[in-house]
Amino acid sequence: MKTGKVYRVAGPVAVAELDARMFDIVLVGEEKLLGEVIQINGNKCTIQIYEDTTGLKPGATVSNTGEPLSIELGPGLLTSIYDGIQRPLPDLKAQLGDFIKRGATAPGLNHEKKWEFKATAKKGDDVSGGKIIGTVMEGQINHKIMIPPNKKGKITEISSGSFTVDEIVCKLDSGDKIKLMQKWPVRTPRPTSKKLPPNIPLITGQRIFDSLFPLAKGGVAAIPGGFGTGKTVTQQSLAKWCDAEIIVYVGCGERGNEMTEVLTEFPKLTDPRTGKPLLNRTILIANTSNMPVAAREASVYCGMTLAEYYRDMGYNVAVMADSTSRWAEAMREISSRLEELPGEEGYPAYLSTRLADFYERAGRYSNLNKTDGSISVIGAVSPAGGDMSEPVTQGTLRVVKCFWRLDSKLAQRRHFPAINWLDSYSLYLDILEKWFSANVAEDWRPIVDKIMSILQEEEKLLEIVQLVGSDALPEKEQVTLEIARLAREMFLQQNAFHAVDTFSEPKKTYSFMKTILKYGDLAYKALGEGSKVSDIVSIKSKEKLADVKFEKEYEKLLNSIVKEMESEFRKMKSDKK
Amino acid sequence: MKEYKTISRVAGPLVFVKKTEPVAYSDMVKVLMPNGEEKNAQVLDTSEETVVVQVFEGTAGIDLNSRIKFLNQPIKLPVSEELLGRILSGSGKPIDSGPELVADKMMDITGAAINPYSRGNPEDFIQTGVSTIDAMNTLVRGQKLPIFSASGLPHNEIALQIARQAKVVGKESNFAIVFAAMGITNEEAQRFIQDFEQTGALERSSVFLNLASDPAVERLLTPQLALTAAEYLAFEKDMHVLVILTDMTNYCESLREIGSAREEIPGRRGYPGYMYTTLANIYERAGMIKGKKGSITQLPILTMIGDDITHPIPDLTGYITEGQIVLDRELHRRNIYPPIDVLPSLSRLMNLGIGDKKTREDHKQVSDQLYAFYAEGKDLRGLVAIVGEESLSERDRKLLKFASEFENKFVKQSKSEDRNISKTLDIGWKLLSDISESELGRISPELRKKYYGRR
Repeated sequence: MKTGKVYRVAGPVAVAELDARMFDIVLVGEEKLLGEVIQINGNKCTIQIYEDTTGLKPGATVSNTGEPLSIELGPGLLTSIYDGIQRPLPDLKAQLGDFIKRGATAPGLNHEKKWEFKATAKKGDDVSGGKIIGTVMEGQINHKIMIPPNKKGKITEISSGSFTVDEIVCKLDSGDKIKLMQKWPVRTPRPTSKKLPPNIPLITGQRIFDSLFPLAKGGVAAIPGGFGTGKTVTQQSLAKWCDAEIIVYVGCGERGNEMTEVLTEFPKLTDPRTGKPLLNRTILIANTSNMPVAAREASVYCGMTLAEYYRDMGYNVAVMADSTSRWAEAMREISSRLEELPGEEGYPAYLSTRLADFYERAGRYSNLNKTDGSISVIGAVSPAGGDMSEPVTQGTLRVVKCFWRLDSKLAQRRHFPAINWLDSYSLYLDILEKWFSANVAEDWRPIVDKIMSILQEEEKLLEIVQLVGSDALPEKEQVTLEIARLAREMFLQQNAFHAVDTFSEPKKTYSFMKTILKYGDLAYKALGEGSKVSDIVSIKSKEKLADVKFEKEYEKLLNSIVKEMESEFRKMKSDKK
Repeated sequence: MKEYKTISRVAGPLVFVKKTEPVAYSDMVKVLMPNGEEKNAQVLDTSEETVVVQVFEGTAGIDLNSRIKFLNQPIKLPVSEELLGRILSGSGKPIDSGPELVADKMMDITGAAINPYSRGNPEDFIQTGVSTIDAMNTLVRGQKLPIFSASGLPHNEIALQIARQAKVVGKESNFAIVFAAMGITNEEAQRFIQDFEQTGALERSSVFLNLASDPAVERLLTPQLALTAAEYLAFEKDMHVLVILTDMTNYCESLREIGSAREEIPGRRGYPGYMYTTLANIYERAGMIKGKKGSITQLPILTMIGDDITHPIPDLTGYITEGQIVLDRELHRRNIYPPIDVLPSLSRLMNLGIGDKKTREDHKQVSDQLYAFYAEGKDLRGLVAIVGEESLSERDRKLLKFASEFENKFVKQSKSEDRNISKTLDIGWKLLSDISESELGRISPELRKKYYGRR
């Protein structure tokens, strides 16, 4: 191992005289603080240090491991909770106590635990990178053991049985020995065979997303919003209810207490599809805002690599990154310590390239082993001052196809999820149309379009109302306003904290829209037949729509509401005569 | 310990020292001036050739003949339970004519991050007796909830009222207050101290004072010291500590001053790019720890420059803290105390601390309903200005009336009025009862039946 010595220390960055390659991992000082080479200048290299540098002196020894920042991949990842560089937080607690001090090392996987390995490949098989040679049950997930991407050969030995992640389960004629665990550098995407079109929706259980702004499996979405608009609650709802098989939740520079909430809440929740605890499919990365800034920068890559590993097994993975702005700020902070010339607002000029590189790792793929898997990424963005023109939001918008804009006006009136339906968009709407009409309802898309156009028309009408008051509107428009109100208050609002309303299946979402439009049809018809607007907008049965979201047996209720509506309108007609 | 006489440059609050033995980053430094005076400083940047130190008491009087002593250890605070009842300077020296601090132990003031896995869930409702906070933006133990104020608004009165009245109903509590003043005026500081004295809270308080006339750089130390004291009291002495930090805006200005003296590339509005991390290191030192009895609840106060909530200081703060209490000049002008504008205010931990057995079963829904009506009513004011009240519908007129009743009966209360949560919610119901029952869409039918129109 090559060694050198520290020349300068300033904050999370140190300069050392050391022979190194870019992105080599180095150990700094007596406490062996973990660092990464991020700039080379003559015989000096600049190191970002993943731990607090208080007390570090010039002259301290630096040793170069010669390897890039890598993480351990193997059974035991699920249900784990890591810091930004894959150190399990419970292990850090056991070593250091309640506060995270420095110089602790903890491997990402448990190296003592034995796993039941069932070989599916046999002696003599020709295998190459990605090939599945056996399985391990990791909770309810069938964890596939794969040949690491860069290895290949003929199997000379393979056996089922009970192994730790370090023990050899399979030998190849190339001399390679395969263990349950492999290592992979986080900044390098894991190889795949080819990218597939994202034509299957990621069902989120959130009405506004599934209907108006759907996300595809393998798609990328950004949720920008000022503070207090509900980014984290939305991210958490998605992590809880979306129909991915594996969830990687990256808490990047966020609040400690919020991570605690996730940690206490997730074990209590059950997956509505499998009935098993939601935590069993989840990996959490928690690098809170006061943990070292360099580890924050690494945390999103760490999360993405974990996701790619499960994708390689053929799973659909969703990555929640909360928040990518904190990651960008970490880049800015390091960049300014490097005294690089800044781009916009002090962010480094390579900000948008890094953002694009990161989001491009998402997608639906055909893997090396011929399975199909996907990674969907949902990145929260915290624009400074709520200003969407700032560099991180803009850099993100250039690469994502789904834009869910959180609106502080809506949040203030407690309209949640506070997604602005006029500014948000999804470019997956067309490609997913086929799936929805085949799997939910034939007329899914026309219904969605109708709801959307009513909401858009409302916006225009409200402008007029602002000027002249609602009584001055033509009668038909007054009815439109009422339909839009139903769509907003009853349909779009969803209570993340209510046991039933927190998850709305596509069928429910569809029936809900359909009933609201039914009211619209009846109302316009009645108007045409000469009924009074005040009667039409004040019929009682439609107010019961508010109860639908809280109702498990929603179909029965919706049917009875439709019946009541019809009879009320009939009565209106006969009263007139 | 060696002393160096190799100062090469003095600029603003920074002193540059040439050729020294290896000096550790962030260590404590003393600057000895020819007249015998001593100043405290800290290492900001260290290399084999130059060491940069920031001087907390300002660099006035330092010359090339001054000597530098590296103490070879980080800055520490002597802590013991005797910190309570004491008034200290912004750099932790007694200024109340009491004895020197006795050290039970010395604690590093930087403070490490609490392992998220060790954190306890904050869920104990703190009743502040202020309706707008208790009902609408509930404070819980272990939370950090800043007051976003602006010059001329009564943030200090509100902070004091909270400090006086805050309690966890039905729980015996071993409480303490840690008060850290950064660059506030002597008059304001006196108000706090007098109030603490009158209510007897001073005995349970530890006061750190950096006044407007004190050196600006010293302010960078004050919250660190205060929070170190708070951590000791909370996590080693089992106390429930309320930390009041005022005024964070002054703190950030000092941060900017250091940044520009170091010729760093500035971020937004000249504030350093690492301000988010620095603020997070302060605010995140709140919370509870599993298995420990104590807690730290933070009530930072900041004045929004030009009443602008998108200014970097409130903006970054809002992204770190668990909500914010926003004061409004318009309400203040109309003589409504406390002038808390509930619409932009928020408590992120509210849902953990309320509901049946904690406050009352109807709490969440009443609060949501009040929010929705007040937002709508306030919007209508704009419309009325254009079209006049006559052209409003019956419902809109009611909402308009609701908004002003809400401000006058719910928001407004006296500086000494300690409303319990039940009373607060009852006032809420009374206001809601002026609107027809079927309009209360945010409240479930069962609760409506139980509370609506009840006398």
